[in-house]
Amino acid sequence: MSPDFHEIWVYLSASPLAGLTLTLAAYQAGMWVFERFGRRPALNPVMIAVLLIAATLMVAGIDYRTYFDGAQFVHFLLGPATVALAVPLYRQFQQVRRSAVALLVALLTGSAASALSAVAIAWALGASERTMLSLAPKSVTSPIAMGVSEQIGGLPSLTAVFVILTGIIAASFGTWVLNLVRVTDWRARGFGMGVAAHGIGTARALQVNEVAGAFAGLGMGLNGLVTAILLPVLYRLFFT
Amino acid sequence: MLGTLTLLLSCQLAGELTARLLHLPVPGPVIGMVLLFVGLLVRGGVPEPLQETAGGILRHLSLLFVPAGVGVMAHLNRLEAEALPIAAALLGSTLIGVALTAWVMSVLSRRGPDAETGHGEDAS
Repeated sequence: MSPDFHEIWVYLSASPLAGLTLTLAAYQAGMWVFERFGRRPALNPVMIAVLLIAATLMVAGIDYRTYFDGAQFVHFLLGPATVALAVPLYRQFQQVRRSAVALLVALLTGSAASALSAVAIAWALGASERTMLSLAPKSVTSPIAMGVSEQIGGLPSLTAVFVILTGIIAASFGTWVLNLVRVTDWRARGFGMGVAAHGIGTARALQVNEVAGAFAGLGMGLNGLVTAILLPVLYRLFFT
Repeated sequence: MLGTLTLLLSCQLAGELTARLLHLPVPGPVIGMVLLFVGLLVRGGVPEPLQETAGGILRHLSLLFVPAGVGVMAHLNRLEAEALPIAAALLGSTLIGVALTAWVMSVLSRRGPDAETGHGEDAS
């Protein structure tokens, strides 16, 4: 390595610039592949971006923490983006008010079913307790899920990974499973995606239909509330 | 754009402060969302710049999950050791969650004459 190159390397690995640029470039590459091959849900842009970045970091020998120092600026925007969900929600408020009871029952059923089925399946197949506890809050948006995970004794960073994988699964197979159970109402389709698969499900629903997107945003927000309150209580009932 | 970003951050900040002061188990941004929603109700409409900025951020919502997703690197050992239970739990519970929530909601809400529906092609 020439001294110049070494200096540049030191600069790049210390500044947030590289991690930030890599994140945006990889996501755009993911979007390009997604658009280029007919917007197939299985070619989820998040998944492509994550794989590209992880591969780049491993080849370059950079650890996750160093990368995240730069990428945290993107990560930070999750907060304002969550706040911004109030806008599509407001635009659909009349519809929301009309179906309040259905929303509430569906929310509680879906929220409990997502968490309990995840833990039950993992338990039946012999997962460790740490893994099960990290799985429980995986349906809600990552800042909430990580907080709950910590509270009940899971590993917050592992939960963040489960959260992303859940979103990718819903974005990839959501259409299929919703058609399978013959739900045609955009409100219900969107709400299911939001409750079970937070922001990535919501992003997918927004791509498809504005009504579905608004209900997905609502589902994501409400399940965030419900999970943050109920899961610690359920944990105390089952595990202690 | 600048004003809207300030508004979104202020709502988030107010949400974080509320959560901490009242010891709520709910994350700050979610309370911020509720605050902005109430604000829009009171005002009775979405200002054009807010509509634009919110739309812009939400169009690229999935980008914001990428940095946390790369965290998969740090857990490769555990993921490998428990691959089957993890994969089955994620796949099963996610499909159950999406389907059950949507199904319960569609059964319980009688569809109004103006409800838009979608099936097949590119439905989410």
